Amino acid sequence: MLETLSQPWPWYVSGAVLALIMVLMLFFGKLFGFSSNFRVICAACGAGTRVPFFDFNWKSQLWNVLFLVGAILGGWISTTFLSNGEAVQISQATIRDIQELGFSAPKGLQPEELFGTEALFSLKTIALLLGGGFMIGFGSRYAGGCTSGHAISGLSNLQWPSLVAVVGFFIGGLIMTFLLYPLIF
Amino acid sequence: MKGLKFIVTGILFGIVMSKSEAISWYRIQEMFRFQSFHMYGIIGTAVVLGVISVYLIKKFKMRDYQGNPIIFTPKEKSVPRYLFGGIIFGLGWALVGSCPGPLFVNLGHAYWPILLAIFGGLLGTYFYGVLRDRLPH
Repeated sequence: MLETLSQPWPWYVSGAVLALIMVLMLFFGKLFGFSSNFRVICAACGAGTRVPFFDFNWKSQLWNVLFLVGAILGGWISTTFLSNGEAVQISQATIRDIQELGFSAPKGLQPEELFGTEALFSLKTIALLLGGGFMIGFGSRYAGGCTSGHAISGLSNLQWPSLVAVVGFFIGGLIMTFLLYPLIF
Repeated sequence: MKGLKFIVTGILFGIVMSKSEAISWYRIQEMFRFQSFHMYGIIGTAVVLGVISVYLIKKFKMRDYQGNPIIFTPKEKSVPRYLFGGIIFGLGWALVGSCPGPLFVNLGHAYWPILLAIFGGLLGTYFYGVLRDRLPH
């Protein structure tokens, strides 16, 4: 059993579990959406005294922060008990493309070039992670949701604004991958 | 403890995102380069089953665990905020290789530099709050 769970899970199992998580949250009386946590954390840090956007009853959203804590724990459980230590099995075409950009073939889940401890000593990597995170935070709040809130919760409720957001996610992702990556790396 | 169910659901989320490799920068690159079905399969399955679930919840007027009706609030109808916000989000998603959930799941995997991206996410959210009234929505 543990050995089976330690293999990478097929896409249809993963997709079904994600749908189950969304339904569970509805059953708990909440809406599955992760990026709101950034707003809650900003508010909890006192941003509401300066910026009205953060002046709201953030304590009513602490359930989402508990979900966030669970997500971290889930990552830790996966890497400690459910990992076979294998590299991500991506397609040969992707390996070729990223090698041209200077990334090595996968040895684990994440590239050393961005997430190894050495990355913390490179100003360029620090700037990329900070800047990338900035766009994730700014963009998800501007769009009113991220992959969970729009692509899963929103599309499941057939909300066309969520479809616009998802199309936007892909426009941005394709611009980054095909136009900006060759300039950055 | 009332909050335990959210922690447990979060743990399930962290595990499924890890074991599906959806938290991996490599998988996101593969997705944006259209070189594998994997990520589309995950999102597609979740959406198809999600649509069916939401339809059934509405049709049978299901209630949550406290007996309250499950309410779906429609998203406000406009284009600019979803399109512009979405594009900015997508730029960051492809660069870091994580969306907000996986940023934190990666912390559990001890990829410490991701803390920079999380800090960036908080900064970005803060600046959105500052600029909100001046942006087209």
